[in-house]
Amino acid sequence: MIRLNWMLVLSSVLFAISVAGMFINRKNLILLLMCVELLLLSANMNFVAFSRVSGDIHGQLFVFFVLTVAAAESAIGLAILVVLFRERRSINVEDLSTLKG
Amino acid sequence: MSQPLNSNLLLAIALLPLGAAAIAGLFCRVIPRWLAHWVTILGVAASCGFSCFVAYQVFFEQAPVFNGTVYQWLVTDGVGMQVGFLVDQLTALMMVVVTFVSLCVHVYTIGYMADDDGYNRFFSYISLFTFSMLMLVMSNNFMQLFFGWEAVGVVSYLLIGFWYKRPSAIFANLKAFLVNRVGDFGFVLGIAGIVYYTAQFGGASLNYVDAFAAAPQIAAQTFGLQGTDGVNAMTFICICLFIGAMGKSAQVPLHVWLPDSMEGPTPISALIHAATMVTAGIFMVARMSPLFEFSPYALNFVLFIGATTALFMGFLGIINNDIKRVVAYSTLSQLGYMTVALGASAYNIAIFHLMTHAFFKALLFLAAGSVIIGMHHEQDMRKMGGLAKVMPITAITCWIGSLALIGTPFFAGFYSKDLIIDAVKEQHHLHPDNGIVTYAYWCVMIGVFVTAFYSFRLLFMTFHGKPRWKEAAAAPHEHAAHDVHDQTHPLPHGEHDTVGHEEEHDHHGGPPHEPGWVVKGPLVALAIPSVLIGAITAQWLLFGGGFGTSIFFNAENHEVMQELAHEFGNWLSFTAAAFAHPVVYLVAAGVFAAWALYCKWTHLPDRIAARLKPLVYVLENKYFFDAINEKALAPLARGFGKVFWKVGDQGIIDGIAVDGSAKTIGLFAGIVRRVQSGFLYSYAFWMVIGLAVMLGWFLTRTLN
Repeated sequence: MIRLNWMLVLSSVLFAISVAGMFINRKNLILLLMCVELLLLSANMNFVAFSRVSGDIHGQLFVFFVLTVAAAESAIGLAILVVLFRERRSINVEDLSTLKG
Repeated sequence: MSQPLNSNLLLAIALLPLGAAAIAGLFCRVIPRWLAHWVTILGVAASCGFSCFVAYQVFFEQAPVFNGTVYQWLVTDGVGMQVGFLVDQLTALMMVVVTFVSLCVHVYTIGYMADDDGYNRFFSYISLFTFSMLMLVMSNNFMQLFFGWEAVGVVSYLLIGFWYKRPSAIFANLKAFLVNRVGDFGFVLGIAGIVYYTAQFGGASLNYVDAFAAAPQIAAQTFGLQGTDGVNAMTFICICLFIGAMGKSAQVPLHVWLPDSMEGPTPISALIHAATMVTAGIFMVARMSPLFEFSPYALNFVLFIGATTALFMGFLGIINNDIKRVVAYSTLSQLGYMTVALGASAYNIAIFHLMTHAFFKALLFLAAGSVIIGMHHEQDMRKMGGLAKVMPITAITCWIGSLALIGTPFFAGFYSKDLIIDAVKEQHHLHPDNGIVTYAYWCVMIGVFVTAFYSFRLLFMTFHGKPRWKEAAAAPHEHAAHDVHDQTHPLPHGEHDTVGHEEEHDHHGGPPHEPGWVVKGPLVALAIPSVLIGAITAQWLLFGGGFGTSIFFNAENHEVMQELAHEFGNWLSFTAAAFAHPVVYLVAAGVFAAWALYCKWTHLPDRIAARLKPLVYVLENKYFFDAINEKALAPLARGFGKVFWKVGDQGIIDGIAVDGSAKTIGLFAGIVRRVQSGFLYSYAFWMVIGLAVMLGWFLTRTLN
């Protein structure tokens, strides 16, 4: 029997890794997108864990929706990334600072 | 009981001149000249006819006083603003005077302005003026009174600056407008005072009737700063209203605009700046007699200002050489006489003098205009002389006007002016310890001599003596303004003749000549009432209850009129009694002095002037009123304006409020924008931090 706490610790660790990845990574935009995916997965993990503990199927159902949206999002994100690369010949995060005020 | 007045008829009286003015004014570039003058003359003539009918109903059929609203404009805060008419004896008299003089001036204008480009525009203006003045005198509320007041001011502005290419005319009309603003400021304050106090006694109202009904209660109020005694509310209101009258009726020290207003065409000087508009202030005070009667202080103030104007403006008439300006100063002086009558609580005598003065002063102005036409737009009396031979009708009518003005027995001005002096004398007997009344008495007495002197100086210099124009004609003549008119003369000569020019104008010099009948006709039409009107109307108008209830006398001041009624008897006995008073002899002395100096020993005036150099200097500078205004008051006002502009507007409003707030925001944004690094990871970092903070706050709040 896997205890709820373990699953929550796992999801927190995943979350922390993804956030740290966002901050620490300053080179590659693809890594940034992967971190976002990992972030979503850690949240999904929580959904599944609570759903199982409380015996409610709705939580697991919700995960499918999240996965679908995440897939669509990464598809769009990658498409933007391709266009960006064509424009700039770079996916280096340090170079992308046109939003600077 | 006779039938009441018809409100549609009253509306027609006011609106006909407006319609005519609109036709002549809006289409002034399209319509021919004959249409412009016919439509306006017919409008004013109809208005005059109806006014006479109304006056007939009011005076002879004892029609009840008409007081009604014609149109409700708006109601705000319980105060209704309406167009309404109050037609009683006072109004009916004013209506007849205004429309009759206006009609004469309309006809006269055909001749005087025949060569002017602005012919149609001019007719439009004078009709518009007639409308404004009628609205003023027929009003039954302060709102409409103020409308008429401002409207005549605007038309006066337009007409003084009628020849808008002359810098002096533009200066004069601006001056008239600004000086009148000073007066209007007081006037508006007075009206505001009325509304404020009527609100306390039976509901805020702009109607005369309500204001008059509340007058005794208002007079019991005091008004002032905390901790001071304050002033009587009625005194405050009346003095404010009178300041308005001082502006419009050109009383010292707001008189400075009137002499300058002579820059306008002569018909306008006759209509507006002598006969009607300037009397608006006199009319207003008489109309407000139920208010003024409750404030002895205000009446003393009125008396003082009037007496000062009557005497000191008369002196200025003596030294002027411009024929129109002499008449203008005489107007100022006569307005002073009317104001004196008001101050002596003899309102109906003031209105009586207003009426007689309207006729003979319009006559004098039109005669002066006739001389100006005859002299080819020369106004300097030193270049005239001996004109009686070439312009007999002008000379005769001008003599009549002058005789009426100086108060020759049996002429109109005699009755009105003598009665004013009698009223002041009576007031002096009743209140012997009132210094202002004594001062006023001496002013009007000396004023009689002065009036006779400058009037006959004008007559002798213009119509008699050596014809000095013969020498002047030899010298090159300036006709710049005239030549322009000639070149742009838009009409063929056939139509020119239909407007009544009998002889073709010789514009380039030549001997003086009498103008055509459109000019002479109004002179004769005005000369008749100038002679007769006083003797005919004096008794029943003043003492036979001619004014009915339109003028109110407070019981304690009423004695003046009653005493005068005892003395007056009838016009014949009054005239006979006058020979026992010094007034007639003062007139004779004035005439004799003028004859001696300007007919007999013509070298004397220069010698006297040389002897009295300082006095002449003061008079030539018009007691330095203009200098004070231009050198002290105007720079002071400009200085204030500059301070407010630089410090208040540019410094505080622009600098701190408007630009200041914009700059503060810019500064703040300049600091805040450094947060925007442009790097995605920093945005994500801040989002996470923000989320953590919010969640943390949320959790701690729910858990506790």
